[in-house]
Amino acid sequence: MYVADSRAAGTPAPASADGAVRHPAGRRRAAVAPTVLALGTVSLITDVSSEMVTAVLPLYLVAGLGLSPLGFGLLDGVYNGFSAVVRLAGGHLADRGGGRHKWVAGLGYGVSALCKPLLLLAHTLTPIGLILAADRTGKGLRTAPRDALISLSSPPESRGRAFGVHRAMDTAGALLGPLVAFWILRATVDGYDAVFTVSACVAVVGVLVLVLFVPGGRSGAVTAAGLRRPTLRAALALLRTRDLRRITVCAVLLGLATVSDSFVYLLLQRRIGVPDRWFALLPLGTAAAFLLLAVGAGRLADRLGRWRVFLAGHVALLAAYGLLLTSWHGTALPYTVLLLHGAFYAATDGVLMAAASDRVPEGLRSTGLAVVQTGQALARFACSLLFGAAWTVWGDRTALLASAVALGVCAAWCSLTLRPAREAAV
Amino acid sequence: MTFRTRVLVLVAAVAGLAAVALASVLHASARADRRDEVQPGGPRVTAGRVTLTAPGRMVFRNMAWGPHRDELTSVPAADPAAPRTASGVKCLRFHAASGTGVCLQAVHGPVTDTYRAVILDENLHVTRRYDVPGIPSRARVSPSGHYAAWTAFVGGDSYAGTDFSTRAAIADVRTGELIPSLESFRILKDGRAYRAADVNFWGVTFAADDRTFYATLATRGRTHLVRGDLRTRTVTTLRTNVECPSLSPDGTRIAFKKRVPGLPADAPWRLYVLDLRTLRETPLAEPRSVDDQAVWKDTHTLLYALPGDYGADLYELPSDGTGKPRRVSTAAVSPAFLP
Repeated sequence: MYVADSRAAGTPAPASADGAVRHPAGRRRAAVAPTVLALGTVSLITDVSSEMVTAVLPLYLVAGLGLSPLGFGLLDGVYNGFSAVVRLAGGHLADRGGGRHKWVAGLGYGVSALCKPLLLLAHTLTPIGLILAADRTGKGLRTAPRDALISLSSPPESRGRAFGVHRAMDTAGALLGPLVAFWILRATVDGYDAVFTVSACVAVVGVLVLVLFVPGGRSGAVTAAGLRRPTLRAALALLRTRDLRRITVCAVLLGLATVSDSFVYLLLQRRIGVPDRWFALLPLGTAAAFLLLAVGAGRLADRLGRWRVFLAGHVALLAAYGLLLTSWHGTALPYTVLLLHGAFYAATDGVLMAAASDRVPEGLRSTGLAVVQTGQALARFACSLLFGAAWTVWGDRTALLASAVALGVCAAWCSLTLRPAREAAV
Repeated sequence: MTFRTRVLVLVAAVAGLAAVALASVLHASARADRRDEVQPGGPRVTAGRVTLTAPGRMVFRNMAWGPHRDELTSVPAADPAAPRTASGVKCLRFHAASGTGVCLQAVHGPVTDTYRAVILDENLHVTRRYDVPGIPSRARVSPSGHYAAWTAFVGGDSYAGTDFSTRAAIADVRTGELIPSLESFRILKDGRAYRAADVNFWGVTFAADDRTFYATLATRGRTHLVRGDLRTRTVTTLRTNVECPSLSPDGTRIAFKKRVPGLPADAPWRLYVLDLRTLRETPLAEPRSVDDQAVWKDTHTLLYALPGDYGADLYELPSDGTGKPRRVSTAAVSPAFLP
């Protein structure tokens, strides 16, 4: 592949015994690695494809097929557990054989791409549910290897920015998808089949870009660690390394206090009475802020330290909770809350991966990232269950207050635990 | 492969895929022309005057292909197969009583569709407009014509999101006052105040007293029949496994769809009638799964929609469990009877 690893074979970063990658400090790359741009493009295209489907799905079920979509989400709980297993398996598979990240990620993108044309054939809830589950399995499979590729193709000192660029491109795709989908619906009559066909074509382009423009196999960097074929035991031993365990524990603790997006929008709507017409636009506000701030937050993470920015992101979330708890009713409230919510994602999503990458040996990069992601995802799922229960028992304000307190305590604890002794060098 | 080859491969593939994508869009947009042509053998529809006070008429959304697709049309209630008179007013869902109509419409915006509920007077002129937060599902007007209610599906905004919720709203059409969501009502469940984040309401039906209504409340994976009070803003649970209730004109019975164990998840419902005094349930003689809020044609006849060749067809059935379903209208949905 012409877009060789920007770190080039000449300066392989030596992996130390405990897995931390040391690197000649201070040298700053002007550009983001071509691999990162290629992966960002793949994500952008894939997100256009998947968000097209997501955007029209409720309409398709109700208006197109005449189905009642209620109770459709009942399997989400079961599926979350399965998805966690897939994620871990994807991470492990990608590491085996010295870096098959590209091919496992490609498999994940491929599975999701195959699901789109299948939607044309399914006309009842059960098959549609299964197809969506397969789609998400593909997403679970690809996330960790993709993030591993991003981290492996960027020098440690600019990894935050690399992840920031990737997340910004990813979010841009998510914002574009619904626009394309509704444009097609507008241009056609009952054009759900056209939406699914176009979505499938777009997804195939995404897979092609991955196959053609993302370097595969073992890159120059993955050598010393890659030669040793990572075993399941090595993967499990990852959790015994103190650094990764701390990161995972912190991601889990903070995840447990991260109220799920839909609750945030619901609370926002209750507080200020967002007109129903605008309710569906609230997630777009978060996404727009995420898109605009992702690169900046990544750069800041490179400069100030990843943990500082990661925790600052949670402070932004805490501020959003705080605003929702106050009695301030200004017109700026929804904008401010959504800005803070987007800032939270910008400062945490990619930054966490950048931080975790520093702590995982290259040969186990996908596995390590999968462990952190899975821990965080499960914690957030648990939080949404707990929050729902707390809402039932105490009401929305008290439930949010409890979450805010929990978030504050977890953030404080993590800032003490993770005070970066090593990161000062980066 | 050299870089050049890769780019060529990608360009060629994109060109091929773009052709497929374009063809699918063109194919779907050509449907517009086909749907504007009258289907052979379909119901005859002509433009004319439709009012909500003409006695003995049934007004509904016409789904037959042709220039009047999706418009409110009327036929004699005694002869639903007669030629249809189309009003020019397009609705997704509709109901009417005592000269008041509620029509749930799509509004085609520059980016996405939004929805609204419009209140119609007897001449189908719009008197009020309300935003509807999602895809319209059920619509009802109280027997007095003073209140209108509608339900919308809301949700599906996360990645491959599969979690949907419903929002049921009630408007006082005399004052314009809107209750945007029944979730603001106090809930008495099994005699105790109940609060939960996962509460959903749908399928409102009104009694004649301008105060009482019935609806479905769902929480923790179960559905409940609730009786609501518009004055005290309270709903009380009465019974489980009742969806889309429809109160009989004499106020004594409720037709509803019930989840029957052992049926496939895709088609789980059967029609039942509940006697409100004895609380006895009677299964109706419709062997298929019905996903509709039935409409009472009179005190002993029900109408409901089932999927048909052109969207939906209307069927008629006695409310006492006897008889056989009879198709009374093809390509029709959301009927309302003008007494």
